[in-house]
Amino acid sequence: MKYFRTKIKGLMALPAAILLSTSCFAATPSTADINTTGLAITDDTVTVGILHSLTGTMAISETGAQEAEKLAISQINEMGGILGRKIEIVQEDGASDWPTFAEKSRKLLVRDKVAAVFGAWTSASRKAVLPVFEKENGLLYYPTFYEGLEQSKNVIYTGQEATQQILDGLNWVAKEKKAKTFYLIGSDYIWPRTSMKIARKHIENVLGGKVVGEEYKPLGDTQFGSVINKIRLKKPDVIYAAVVGGSNVAWFKQLKAAGITAKKQTLLTISVTEDEVLGIGGENLEGFYSIMKYFQSQDNENNKAFVKAFKEMWGEDSVIGDVTQAAYLGPWLWKAAVEKAGSFDVDKVVKASEEGEIELKTAPEGYVKLHPNHHLWSVARVGEWKKDGQATVVYESGLIEPNPFPEGYQ
Amino acid sequence: MFDEYTYSELGSIFAMQGFAGISLFSVLLLMALGLAIIFGQMGVINMAHGEFMAVGAYTTYFMSTLTETYFPSLMPYYFLVAIVVAFCVAGVLGYLAEYALIRHLYKRPLDTLLATWGLSLIMQQSFRTLFGAREVSPTLPDWLLGSYQPTDTIDIPLNGMFVLALTAVVTLGVFYLLYKSSWGLRVRATTQNRVMSGAVGINTKSVDRYTFALGCGIAGIAGAAFTTIASTGPTTGTLYIVDTFMVVVFGGAASLIGTIVSAFSIAQAQSLLEFFISGSMAKVYTLFALVLILMFKPEGLFASKVRR
Repeated sequence: MKYFRTKIKGLMALPAAILLSTSCFAATPSTADINTTGLAITDDTVTVGILHSLTGTMAISETGAQEAEKLAISQINEMGGILGRKIEIVQEDGASDWPTFAEKSRKLLVRDKVAAVFGAWTSASRKAVLPVFEKENGLLYYPTFYEGLEQSKNVIYTGQEATQQILDGLNWVAKEKKAKTFYLIGSDYIWPRTSMKIARKHIENVLGGKVVGEEYKPLGDTQFGSVINKIRLKKPDVIYAAVVGGSNVAWFKQLKAAGITAKKQTLLTISVTEDEVLGIGGENLEGFYSIMKYFQSQDNENNKAFVKAFKEMWGEDSVIGDVTQAAYLGPWLWKAAVEKAGSFDVDKVVKASEEGEIELKTAPEGYVKLHPNHHLWSVARVGEWKKDGQATVVYESGLIEPNPFPEGYQ
Repeated sequence: MFDEYTYSELGSIFAMQGFAGISLFSVLLLMALGLAIIFGQMGVINMAHGEFMAVGAYTTYFMSTLTETYFPSLMPYYFLVAIVVAFCVAGVLGYLAEYALIRHLYKRPLDTLLATWGLSLIMQQSFRTLFGAREVSPTLPDWLLGSYQPTDTIDIPLNGMFVLALTAVVTLGVFYLLYKSSWGLRVRATTQNRVMSGAVGINTKSVDRYTFALGCGIAGIAGAAFTTIASTGPTTGTLYIVDTFMVVVFGGAASLIGTIVSAFSIAQAQSLLEFFISGSMAKVYTLFALVLILMFKPEGLFASKVRR
């Protein structure tokens, strides 16, 4: 009984999350009206797909995202579903393999006829499924912060594009830490390289600072001894890092072992969330900064309810990172758009989304709003890591307009 | 690039860079030793070598959690015990793998390649099922964290020094086992002439099994040691396997000295290049040089002089 009560309490905050109330649909609309394109919708159910890697290298990152999506869907179902229909899930495993992602997304769209898909994580997997979604006219909610330079009719991007994450963080560090010189280091693939390009332009043209080194390490590399010595030689005010995956852990462990700690060196990273900290260990990160739009420690009512519901569903030890939260927004944004459109038809849902009025007042990260360019308005936050693996938010920007094709930064 | 620095600063950087090279050398050598023994003595290419390292790493993580929960006062010492346990666990698993899988395939060396690769996939998914998909890190004792500072400007990583010492101990141990003990004599005899060794009463099957177990056990030690420099996940092994093969192939199969020399030259080339050019390009040049050298010396640096 106690479980039931807390669950209800946790849910109480969420109905408010949807500005567009469901109450105007007193009677359940008929299936023929809301589904003219043959999607898998019956009089009391609607089927959606979840497509993340449950096996392979990316499982580490994507597990949290699919857990959050399932939480959101079960909460929506407890509120009565969408247009009077309960959501059913078909889950597929992308297996960290990009062709598999494409194949599974085709299966979800063609055979299962799902009304929407929540999934993909890496840019590579998104690029792989994009042609399938465009050809079959599917609808994808993509949760990861990414490099930008993309806008598809068939994708809603619930994470930040590069400028939303990078610019305000750099402004903050230049102002607060009086930083003039920067050392950029990242893993060697498209996201870090694009992000660093934007960062460099901003540092040189806007902040009037200097980039004293730019370095890329192969994915999976675990030896940072030489790079750390190079950094020592250049004495930058700030190390700006976008190292990912297994390398990330090695990078921070070796920094600490080399005696480079927050006491001596300011470090700002765009690739560490609570998920990564589990592997890195809070003691190796203590005092360093991350720029994200969400931190688990955020102190607001929506987030407290979200964290509580998440832990109830997935265990007390769960941690929630930036992408997990962004993934949680997907089903809610879809619900809002479907209800606004009064239909599950992809074209109508996209049109409703593009009117720029879809908003979630009580998303865990705070207020979010969908921009006509399919990205979310969002806030950039700088978090300072503590020993226990949580971050204290030390800076919050205002709402930043998404700008996936930034002029002057390409 | 060095104009604006004082001599003492440059001196410190070179000292630390020198240590970075030596530290990379010890890492490469420790990774490659187990594989070199198995490949050299038995001709089996163990594609699951990286996963046996992961077994060692997960054992260390398990020991760390166990100690933290039940004997928190012993935290400063558990790591040494964990290394021994990692060796035993990986060794026993290796012994079982040889018994169940490898021994049936000695006459089909290419199939061992496939079989051990399959084994590596099975092991990866088992780690995922047992320990979860997320990466884990054991809690390290304080004496392994931070750096040693002989002067104000020089920081030598303690974990690097530890891995270096461990590598030295393991390498000497392997040399002793193979060249000074009677068991080593039997191993070397089997390598040189299997049929003849059998004829003079050496149980070659048992020699194979223990050699394989030893190789895997050393991989376990390597895995335990690497928890000090990186994290552990189900696919951790794949991060190391390429470097490991590179060292063994370049050094020449069946030669421990070759493995050592090769690890040393690859490590020095890599860390020096990385200091002057970017990380990715350093790797490209190192691999390019390796390919060139192997074109002229396909047997590796130290080819074995075994009559075939």
